[in-house]
Amino acid sequence: MNNMESANHVRGRSVYLDDIPVLHNTLYGAVLGSKAAHAKITGVHLEDAMAVKGVERIFTSADIPGQNEIGGIIADEPLFASDETHYYGQPIALVVARDELTARRAAGLIKIISEPLEIITDPRIAREREEFLIPPRTFRLGEIEEAWDQCEYIFEGSVDSGAQEHLYIETQGAYAYPADNGGIKIHSSTQGPTAVQRITAQVLGMTMNQIEVDVARLGGGFGGKEDQATGFAVMTALAAYHLHRPVKLVLPRHDDIRMTGKRHPYSSDFRIGLSKDYRIIAFKATMYQNGGASADLSPAIMERTLFHSTNAYFIPNTEVTVYSCRTNLPPNTAFRGFGAPQGIFVIESAIALAAYKLNIPARLIQKTNLLKEKDLFQYGQVASGSNIKECFNEASEKFQLNNKEKEINDFNASSPNARRGMAVMPVCFGISFTNTTMNQARALVHIYQDGSIGISTGAIEMGQGVNTKLAQIAAAVFSVNINRVKLETTNTSRVANTSPTAASSGTDLNGNALIIACNALSARLKKVASAITGCNAEDISFHNEIIFKESTPTELTWQELIKEAFLKRVSLSEIGHYTTPKIFFDKTSEKGNPFAYHVYGTAIITVTVDCIRGTYDIDEVLIVHDFGNSLNPVIDKGQIEGGVLQGLGWSTMEEIVFNSEGRLLSDTLSTYKVPDIYSAPSRLECIPLETTGPELAVMKSKAVGEPPFMYGIGAYFAIQNAIKAFNPGYTPDFNLPMTPEKVLRNLYSK
Amino acid sequence: MVTFILNNTTVSTDKPSGSTLLDFIRTEMGLKGTKAGCREGDCGACTVLLGTLEGNKMIYKNIVACLTPIGNIHRCHIVTIEGINGENLTIVQKAVVENAATQCGFCTPGFVMSLTSDCLSENKSDSDTLINAVSGNICRCTGYKSIERAASEIAAAMREKDQKDPVRWLVSQNSLPGYFLTIPERLMNIPEKDFSTAGGRLVAGGTDLYVREADALAEKEIASLYRKEELTKTELKENSLTIGTSLTINELKQSEIISESYPGIISSLESVASEPVRNMATIGGNIVNASPIADFTIILLALNADVTISSHETERTIALKNLYKGYKKLDLKENEYLRSVRINIEPSLFSFEKISKRKHLDIASVNSAMTIITNGKFIEQCTISAGGVSPVPLTLVMTSAFLTGKTLCPDLIVSAVTVMEEEISPISDIRGSAGYKRLLLRQLLFAHFIKLFPDVIKLEDLI
Repeated sequence: MNNMESANHVRGRSVYLDDIPVLHNTLYGAVLGSKAAHAKITGVHLEDAMAVKGVERIFTSADIPGQNEIGGIIADEPLFASDETHYYGQPIALVVARDELTARRAAGLIKIISEPLEIITDPRIAREREEFLIPPRTFRLGEIEEAWDQCEYIFEGSVDSGAQEHLYIETQGAYAYPADNGGIKIHSSTQGPTAVQRITAQVLGMTMNQIEVDVARLGGGFGGKEDQATGFAVMTALAAYHLHRPVKLVLPRHDDIRMTGKRHPYSSDFRIGLSKDYRIIAFKATMYQNGGASADLSPAIMERTLFHSTNAYFIPNTEVTVYSCRTNLPPNTAFRGFGAPQGIFVIESAIALAAYKLNIPARLIQKTNLLKEKDLFQYGQVASGSNIKECFNEASEKFQLNNKEKEINDFNASSPNARRGMAVMPVCFGISFTNTTMNQARALVHIYQDGSIGISTGAIEMGQGVNTKLAQIAAAVFSVNINRVKLETTNTSRVANTSPTAASSGTDLNGNALIIACNALSARLKKVASAITGCNAEDISFHNEIIFKESTPTELTWQELIKEAFLKRVSLSEIGHYTTPKIFFDKTSEKGNPFAYHVYGTAIITVTVDCIRGTYDIDEVLIVHDFGNSLNPVIDKGQIEGGVLQGLGWSTMEEIVFNSEGRLLSDTLSTYKVPDIYSAPSRLECIPLETTGPELAVMKSKAVGEPPFMYGIGAYFAIQNAIKAFNPGYTPDFNLPMTPEKVLRNLYSK
Repeated sequence: MVTFILNNTTVSTDKPSGSTLLDFIRTEMGLKGTKAGCREGDCGACTVLLGTLEGNKMIYKNIVACLTPIGNIHRCHIVTIEGINGENLTIVQKAVVENAATQCGFCTPGFVMSLTSDCLSENKSDSDTLINAVSGNICRCTGYKSIERAASEIAAAMREKDQKDPVRWLVSQNSLPGYFLTIPERLMNIPEKDFSTAGGRLVAGGTDLYVREADALAEKEIASLYRKEELTKTELKENSLTIGTSLTINELKQSEIISESYPGIISSLESVASEPVRNMATIGGNIVNASPIADFTIILLALNADVTISSHETERTIALKNLYKGYKKLDLKENEYLRSVRINIEPSLFSFEKISKRKHLDIASVNSAMTIITNGKFIEQCTISAGGVSPVPLTLVMTSAFLTGKTLCPDLIVSAVTVMEEEISPISDIRGSAGYKRLLLRQLLFAHFIKLFPDVIKLEDLI
């Protein structure tokens, strides 16, 4: 089934934040960002800006009635910088005017006087200065120091991976207006409406019940609107609170790209030890996470880096430490994969280096060390339902890995100006928020008198198709036509205390809550039906809108049953509450059972490098992926394809560049390039691994949002292999993204 | 007063002619299907159709509304997503839905409009032309494979298309509202008006100016040179081809003279910008932008082009390479504008090379063009240009002179690199380090010769 919103999408009728009809008297905001990455503010001069005709008011930290504090995990992030600025683009003031252009122009006239302070952009320098967002954490398994003696081969290296801009096509934005109870209603393009509600209340000195947050849909999120939508929503609420008028703020792209955090760059050192038969005996890594100026979600992202630092391999002795480093960059944040891609790139680099030194294909080491059932993860969880070997083997067979290698060698031998390279990319990704508390959700279901169904949950629709999957679930439980089901906006007044739609868990958590609500309604309705048809409730079932008694159809339809239930004063509304069972994690011992299950898969990536020009094409990405029992293969395929291309973008062309002053240089779409249609792999295939799916996945359909991102990392190593085939003098280095510049330099390095 | 037809409504507005079409559509008209994504012509979320009258027939192209001043669209038909909606989904809309080629949906109206523009064109609308039509549309969700599948399905439906009258055909298929048939007559009733004499900033396609100055021009009147008839002509006299500076890149692509004489130019244009930008960007704009990396300027430099510069009083013609006086500095006075470009049609071979982070819709790190005439292996004439290696778009005068009059062989090319190194001065910036640009230009020089003389020049002999 296709995304149920697509017919509106293609007609341009789906309403996004900036499309909401504006109320009379609406004002528009523009944010003034700091022009210094680290400085002491000694003067803020608003006079010239205030004098602009049409400017209503300019808000700074002085206008905050509650706390000037928006940090979600740690209280270390002001809404507006007051005494010091900590990154270029950090909001200092919000100008509110009669229209956007006036607000933007006036913002340009605000004068900030400041004294420069030392600017740190490199996490390794932050490490030297002990500038940490939180204390470092280490995950351990086995006895690492003793293990080195058992290793036949030991290799060491360094790895860097770059930032990545989310580039949701819809920029950040919010629209707030006074509600008639003295509260504020906010429309926000956020993945976390409860965070917007909670932080707005905190900043305005109000209680959460006075703030209503509503989200219809996002024009892309990818993690970029999990935490970072909050500040901008709070700003509009602050202005609406003071002015008693509706205030809208939609960031121009250039403000968005400069002010918001990105995927964290990491810089890491590793040591890997292998036995003679290529078993990885020991792996030690120290990683420096470039967190930016405040914590944002960095602590949670650091944690996931640790969880996934051994990717899909069992390594008996590991020790991985991550330092979350404070730098003068915008606070880096969630982005599809949430720290896992950065960690996985380190272990895969270590394997690639070992393979290079040993002159064997990396896939031999990969295959030798794949996780088996009941193997222990370094965080104490026992591998269960581990399908990585099956994925790896099936990918090798179905896509004829050995033939492929021969074809590549033949091509390389006969092509003077081009080389092909291949890499295999196994992936293991844990599903659940690693903060156990967040693994809860609620779903509110109303069945209306006419038999139609309205569903509210905490899930945000941002293109991933969660609304469609939720509608499918409700339609399946009630066995009614899906056209009866409508997904309402996500609204904090209808469903409270929600977790953000993140961690690939939106459908699992909200879907399971929905099943609980629908089952409760079903039970009540069956009772009504049994009274009408004269049987036990257990003998009633629903099939395609018809009520069955003892497996035979009755005269009673869904619609009639609902009408009867209403007349009999049976409640047609229900709220379901779900918590993921069996998961826990102890941060003191760094052990536990944090994930409901893992998603597995393997991709084979081939590329062709133009050895004259240093450019490349991604020829094939061929995947075997464990979806479990997919609820919606069409949507899941879309998640695979979209995730792969984002991963390819991060690994190849997407390059975020800051200068030493902490100013973003790749701050436009003409300087920051994401994949276009010609960048898509010529062939992208995904074969589902035949599995039944784990109990803890909703309807045994595994979460799918983040894992495919990691397949794209294989392109880095495939390009390396192609370079190696051209330039025997090339020594692999690990510094992602592999831009055409790096490719050309490596093709001709000596 | 600008008058145009927006979807099925004739609109007259006294908004400043420098304000953008995107703001007009969304804010003035409240049509929210067209989205603002980047306001620099680089994402395609605001793609609309520009319909112009050619004789009594409409020609439709996709353009980006964010870079289009309304002063450029007088007497045009502008179509937004709302303007193609009918009771049923169009062929394009249906294919996008059925192939799951939309996820978050924010970029979708732009894709639909681009695909529709190709269906409305006289192209045969196969997969290649449909994909080319969306070359300026960025989608961050789907990974594009579903969009490719949708394009294949549209292509299948378009096999039946009447290429001579696609508008009527699509209307007959219930895939375009019937009002489209009334547009030519309605446009004819709108009086023509010359916006070029309005005073104010001279604007052609707007694709460069509006990236940087949309806010500054939003409340101003502009002098539009876009589609100004006398500036959109090409004329061949003996072996000299004069090209009007308001000709767009895509209009130039249609030029039969260029297709016959320099087919390499036509194929090179695919790597320049994107389809909607090529529909807007003019030759003159590319030249006066004075970007050291301007693609078409680099092509013209290798063709030894002259430019004719006009003012009210005077007219003068200079070599294009002498127009550039320094970084973004032109030999162009306040009241002067570029009237035309002239190139000689010669029996030379042509090559253009451009390397950027992304192969399409990107600005080059380094680009280079070459024209060469050989007799056997003897080089009779050779001009090489290069962008991104100096403050101005550069003709490699020394390198060209070094090669001319010599016999082509690998050693000659290797020696030419040494000469070339002397006349370039790349700097490190967001498009690459200075060292990379040097290396890259060497490689592009190799590429010119390997491509044009594959039997004589081989990569392995050069490195």
